[in-house]
Amino acid sequence: MSEVVEAGHATHDDHHDHGPDKGLARWLFTTNHKDIGTLYLWFSFTMFLIGGVLALVIRAELFQPGLQFVNPEFFNQMTTNHGLIMVFGAIMPAFVGLANWLVPMMVGAPDMALPRMNNLSFWILPFAFAMLISTLFMEAGGPNFGWTFYAPLSTTYAPETVTYFIFGVHLMGASSIMGSINIIATILNMRAPGMTLMKMPLFVWTWLITAYLLLAVMPVLAGAVTMMLFDIHFGTSFFNAAGGGDPVMFQHIFWFFGHPEVYIMILPAFGVVSQIIPTFSRKPLFGYDSMVYATASIAFLSFIVWAHHMFTVGMPLAGQLFFMYATMLIAVPTGVKVFNWVSTMWQGAMTFETPMLFAIAFVILFTIGGFSGLMLAITPADYQYHDTYFVVAHFHYVLVPGALFSIIAAVYYWLPKWCGRMYDESLGKLHFWLSFIGVNVTFFPQHFSGLAGMPRRIPDYALQFADFNMLSSIGAFIFGFSQVFFLYVVIKAIRSGKPATDRVWEGAHGLEWTLPSPAPYHSFTHPPKITDAEAHS
Amino acid sequence: MSANGTSTHGRTVRKLVFLVVGMFAFGWALIPLYDLLCEITGLGGDTGGQYTYDPADTRVDRSRLVKVNFITNTNAGMTWDFWSDKGGMRVHPGELNEAIFYVKNTTDKRMVGQAVPSVVPLTATDYFHKTECFCFNSQVLEPGEEMEMPMRFIVDSDLPPNVQSISLSYALFDITQLSGGQTQLEAAGHGSAGGN
Repeated sequence: MSEVVEAGHATHDDHHDHGPDKGLARWLFTTNHKDIGTLYLWFSFTMFLIGGVLALVIRAELFQPGLQFVNPEFFNQMTTNHGLIMVFGAIMPAFVGLANWLVPMMVGAPDMALPRMNNLSFWILPFAFAMLISTLFMEAGGPNFGWTFYAPLSTTYAPETVTYFIFGVHLMGASSIMGSINIIATILNMRAPGMTLMKMPLFVWTWLITAYLLLAVMPVLAGAVTMMLFDIHFGTSFFNAAGGGDPVMFQHIFWFFGHPEVYIMILPAFGVVSQIIPTFSRKPLFGYDSMVYATASIAFLSFIVWAHHMFTVGMPLAGQLFFMYATMLIAVPTGVKVFNWVSTMWQGAMTFETPMLFAIAFVILFTIGGFSGLMLAITPADYQYHDTYFVVAHFHYVLVPGALFSIIAAVYYWLPKWCGRMYDESLGKLHFWLSFIGVNVTFFPQHFSGLAGMPRRIPDYALQFADFNMLSSIGAFIFGFSQVFFLYVVIKAIRSGKPATDRVWEGAHGLEWTLPSPAPYHSFTHPPKITDAEAHS
Repeated sequence: MSANGTSTHGRTVRKLVFLVVGMFAFGWALIPLYDLLCEITGLGGDTGGQYTYDPADTRVDRSRLVKVNFITNTNAGMTWDFWSDKGGMRVHPGELNEAIFYVKNTTDKRMVGQAVPSVVPLTATDYFHKTECFCFNSQVLEPGEEMEMPMRFIVDSDLPPNVQSISLSYALFDITQLSGGQTQLEAAGHGSAGGN
């Protein structure tokens, strides 16, 4: 990557700028938003592979009933760490990486608002995950209480290494908070003249709202793990009924963080898809204003639905009804978005390059995940679905072909701008079809095993679930290896791809496409003029 | 970046840091808020503290019988025996009743136990009053010691007519470590997150 950027710099020589430093120091001390974006993206891809390996351990064990490869204790560590690594290590940093690369270029700013804090917010992440992952190699084992770390599993009955986990979460939270402050300050204060809020590309809008969500809930998560720390080490009883506390309160606090968190992982995905679909439909985004308002509504609603994760703990009928209806209400703004994407494609001159394929798959498969979410929102039905593979199928449908597909689409879409070279279109399409088939073969059967009653988080299962699980495991291995193939496609593009044009895509609109490809190390040192053509696509 | 720009960032960052600190505080404030909510709604089967009883003020409803069930559980890892003299009783609302519960320390160690009550249905929690309960304190038992623990209660005569049966469940916890082996457990019973 570095060679390419330097080469790009040499061709677009600019006497005012100095290029990047040489060697490791460049990456350690960089305050450049493009460098930091690159670091975030590679970091998240590394975490994605690690989390993927854990997923394949799970799927290998579940290939057949009975215990084959791992013991149940280790299996629990696999499910827990797969969840934690994918949520906090893969999806979230990938979106922050995209924001770093794209937000300054999209709003016509020279860099992020607080470049040194930007460096810090990236560089504490490797330490956070080193702490978390190192516990897997310790005698007591890693976290084994599920990614939701419900007390008392994560307090009274936790392995001794739980303190590493707690400090790891503190560091991740600090990183997210600093990153969010930076993104908000950049968007609010550094837009080029004429770039009014309602002219911003939708990716910028969704990130602005996501950053506020992060600032609102990450401190609550920090509070929750701090209370755990106190319960474990300082004899308090926040979540210990014996001392007058309440373990159910943990679930309330966790999901007060956790539900906005799931929107933190999907709103930037909405933004990415809203950039890509207009480009390849060669039409402006349908209903731009309604997209902005829908995003804001979803963000607001995300704060008042958390207890739908805990219908079965027992709550008054009024509470169940409130959380059920509030949850279903989210389908309205989400539906607005889906219809807007479809309307954007309607009668467009569509072409199906790899980013578009991933974006269309996103719209279809995310909608399936949304519908299974609506099924789960029905309180009486949830008693049947709760903690079954149906839930697993639901959230993987919104996170894998949802959030993850949008990240992959974004990489294919903007990679030519980042490194100045095109990826190989037929390899990209092959990667898409392998991923598309893999993801559906993996997760679609889980709806059925869940409805038939298979509980989640178990290393062994009753015989009637054997066929669905075997299918799921085959799909998981196809999907897993096709992501290694993705790595190959990206590296091949960076090293030997055909040079990309500045606009890259025929239908692309937005400031980032007015820059040369690859984007110079310093861009928009003088604010650009905003014309309607360069405003949101 | 001009000085003007930097101070704009400063203002934005100050506001955002204020938001972060505020939300951190809100996370902690959820604990008293949750207790308050439980107290108001009876969520979690919280039956409140000791009830002061004035027989002169209390109307006994002889026309009505309510079934009260007693359930005794020991939490995982708690080795004591814990039982009640009767599984339940039929009572008139407004009447003072007594039930006896027993605990026995079956181990060879001195231990401290704490019972945590819960009432279902949730709509009955506000109408179930305890004038005396072992759950207001913790119990310290020597090895092999057995203890008889009376519990006196009144079912309020304002109990909604659709409630015909109330279940009172006690979970007994081993708090030997939590209490440092000491007997002062009013604190644990009536602590910040308390509510027996």
